[in-house]
Amino acid sequence: MELTTIWFALIAVLWIGYFVLEGFDFGVGMLLPILGRTEPERRAILRTIGPVWDGNEVWVIVAGGATFAAFPEWYATLFSGFYLPLFLILVGLIVRGVGIEYRNKRGAAEWRTRWDTLIAASSFLPALLWGVAFANIVAGVPIDAHKNYTGDLFTLLNPFGLLGGATTLLLFLTHGLVFLALKTEGDLRERANRMVTPVGLVTAVVAVAFLAWANLQTGTVFSSIVAVVAALAVVGGLAANRVRHEGWAFLGSAITIALAVVSLFLALFPDVMPSSTDPAFSLTVTNASSTPYTLTIMTVVAVVFTPLVLIYQGWTYWIFRKRVMVQPAKAQP
Amino acid sequence: MDPLMLSRLQFGITTVYHFLFVPLTIGMAFATAGFQTAWYRTGKEQYLRITRFVGELFLINFALGVVTGIVQEFQFGMNWSSYSRFVGDIFGAPLAIEGLLAFFLESTFLGLWIFGWDRLGKGVHLATIWIAAMGTAISAYIILAANSWMQHPVGYEVNHAAGRAELKDFLAVMTNVTALITFPHTIAAAFMTTGALLTGVALWRLLRHRTEDEGAFRAIAKAGAATLLISGLVVAVTGDMQGKIMTDQQPMKMAAAEALWNTEQPASFSLFTIGTLDGSQDVFSIRVPNVLSFLATGNFNGKVEGINDLQAQETAKYGPGDYRPNTPVTYWTFRLMIGTGVLAALAAVWFLLGLRKGRVPGRGATSVAILLPFLPLAANSFAWLFTEVGRQPWIVFGLMPTATAVSPTSTLAEVLITVLGFTVLYGALAVVMVGLMVRRVRAGLPEAATDKTFEHDAEQEAAEAELGFGY
Ligand code: HDD
Ligand code: HEM
Ligand code: HEM
Repeated sequence: MELTTIWFALIAVLWIGYFVLEGFDFGVGMLLPILGRTEPERRAILRTIGPVWDGNEVWVIVAGGATFAAFPEWYATLFSGFYLPLFLILVGLIVRGVGIEYRNKRGAAEWRTRWDTLIAASSFLPALLWGVAFANIVAGVPIDAHKNYTGDLFTLLNPFGLLGGATTLLLFLTHGLVFLALKTEGDLRERANRMVTPVGLVTAVVAVAFLAWANLQTGTVFSSIVAVVAALAVVGGLAANRVRHEGWAFLGSAITIALAVVSLFLALFPDVMPSSTDPAFSLTVTNASSTPYTLTIMTVVAVVFTPLVLIYQGWTYWIFRKRVMVQPAKAQP
Repeated sequence: MDPLMLSRLQFGITTVYHFLFVPLTIGMAFATAGFQTAWYRTGKEQYLRITRFVGELFLINFALGVVTGIVQEFQFGMNWSSYSRFVGDIFGAPLAIEGLLAFFLESTFLGLWIFGWDRLGKGVHLATIWIAAMGTAISAYIILAANSWMQHPVGYEVNHAAGRAELKDFLAVMTNVTALITFPHTIAAAFMTTGALLTGVALWRLLRHRTEDEGAFRAIAKAGAATLLISGLVVAVTGDMQGKIMTDQQPMKMAAAEALWNTEQPASFSLFTIGTLDGSQDVFSIRVPNVLSFLATGNFNGKVEGINDLQAQETAKYGPGDYRPNTPVTYWTFRLMIGTGVLAALAAVWFLLGLRKGRVPGRGATSVAILLPFLPLAANSFAWLFTEVGRQPWIVFGLMPTATAVSPTSTLAEVLITVLGFTVLYGALAVVMVGLMVRRVRAGLPEAATDKTFEHDAEQEAAEAELGFGY
């Protein structure tokens, strides 16, 4: 296989890792003020992602870095072109990260509720905007002969882009609900479990509509088959949740997210950023890539270190596999 | 103001801001690991309490280090897309590798450390903080190698047909002499910063609440001051080596650092210079003979080239243009880096002497203790300003001018939005962060929880003392 194809696949893998892992972090963040009715419940909700959220976020840093290294032109066009949405995503990631870490550093009720609102809002923003960005990448955006994006923020807010945003938003919300049902106990778990079905059904409808539209535009046979399997996984996950097999339900929503990404990347290949101005200006895996020498070095590094990362991240999830207890508030002295 | 100036301003603001937290993260990770090792070895409760105290300060700082770092990673593409296209083949690799090797390590093992007190064995738990600390050092090396490539590009060839620089020798990039010497200097500077913070905090407690946990704060203050002093020496030695390499690789930066207009042999060191605004000659200066020759070349009679001669040489080499960096900025930031660092080291000596045999330093010590952490922090900021401004007009020295690196698609309005947005957000976060730090210090040493109940105890404490460790 061509090195450029391998790197296209690896970048897809990094985004899958990011959306599957940080996807539930976003969901949990949005649900924090909704599902957590009391202070101990909110603390328990945050503790489900506490040990892992930062490690999950590194997936996007590596995805960005790998795009820079393997496809500099893609990185340059995408990041300079989607300037304001990326700025908003950054603001979201900044506020959310600080919120998660700082919320419990003070006991004052106003301090905590203020952060809870900020955490929810700053989880919402990237969850929506990542979908908008990816939908537009797949559908194609105006790119000129110099590989520069010539649209603006509002070019991206087209119906298909917004549907993509709604899709990631809802997928992450469902994923977060399933994750909370899996990781908490008692009343909190019950509530999360019950919310999965209604939210999940809406998600399924929106996601199917989005994937169908995407595949009608640029899809191939393969990408369409993958999209169908993704849709089946959503439904399977919801069914598993109904019969309280929360592990299977989580697997279902994880597979849905992963396959949705696969379907989009398959629909994209061999372009990395199609131009809606003129197909001749499209960025492809060949005209956007680094030299074979750089790709070879990157491949060696990735082959050696990615398994290592997977092992220790996996180990972390194993260490924190127990359900999180809602600790009753200690009597104040 | 055009998008180029604003993009430069933005990179400067966000990078200097990121680097306020970076040195503390690096140093505090090792400090926490050190105190926890002391607890592991001796079993003394005091060391556990110190570990928790230092660890909490570390985590408050780390959160901002992480979130500001993400901005850095995105910025190259957002504001400097022409740069990214031109050097991506070389520059992208270290960035990707840093994430894969270092950031995963840091964040994953720190998560294990924070929440793992009652789930991991004592030895394994100690290992997690050491691994996280190693992660910070690995990350520093890789990103400094990337930055060193911009200061002194090696291992590449320009492909004119493709219009970009291409990687020819990856090992040469990763073992660039500039990186090899920048790394110890920056790490030592990080330890200075941490030493100063710990000294300042512990002394402040000691002077305010003499009897409360005196032994522990004495231990922290002494360890901090010793770290500050020793790493100060390392900083001076490595800085001297850097000066010589810099004279070799970027003679213009050295000339600008010294406001040396004309080539001299032997060259005098300027203690204080006011130059004309166009930066081509002195109005007033105080100079020490021969010293600059020694700093730059290692020989008291060495020849040091001046700005005016270098300007003529570089015009001949690269074509017409102004190759002089902003002289007043480079000149003063260089002096302020060294000056604030020396002051911090002097304070360390004073405090070490003052803390002997159960004594505490006398009059004026409280204000110095409060001021102390800000000295090396400022030195770091001045130093990066010097290093980066001194490289101008190049973004990659001798290869790519900064003016050609900016994103051609950026509009003034867009860049203005992000400059203002980041500045306001960063300002607000700084207030919150400093507030939490002060609170944490005010609250004194946390109770010694046994490892079993560490995390749960923190919750209790959060309700009681409004402070928490885990969530
Ligand atoms: C000498 C050290 C050094 C320097 C010059 C820089 N950084 Fe940094 N960076 C670190 C040392 C560091 C660190 C010690 O590894 C941090 C600080 C706090 C932290 O969490 O890790 C970090 C965090 C950090 C993160 C978040 C990592 C995470 O989520 O765990 C990113 C993406 C970057 N940095 C990227 C950059 C880029 C692109 C830089 C260049 C402009 C840069 N940093 C300068
Ligand atoms: C190791 C990490 C780096 C640090 C700590 C750092 C630090 C700094 C500092 C302190 C400034 C001065 C701001 C100013 O002039 O107003 C600066 C300027 C700048 N840096 Fe870096 N830098 C780093 C790496 C990079 C990289 C990788 C790039 C690549 C794009 C870069 C590009 C620039 C640019 C374009 C400026 C503006 C120059 C100017 O305004 O004079 N820097 N940087
Ligand atoms: C005797 C005192 C010092 C000397 C002679 C010295 C020398 C230098 C030189 C020559 C450079 C520029 C390297 C280049 O651009 O190629 C530099 C950079 C730097 N210095 Fe210092 N320095 C001293 C003290 C300090 C102190 C006290 C700190 C901070 C606590 C510090 C932190 C830095 C940092 C962060 C950089 C930028 C990274 C780098 O290029 O290494 N330095 N120093």
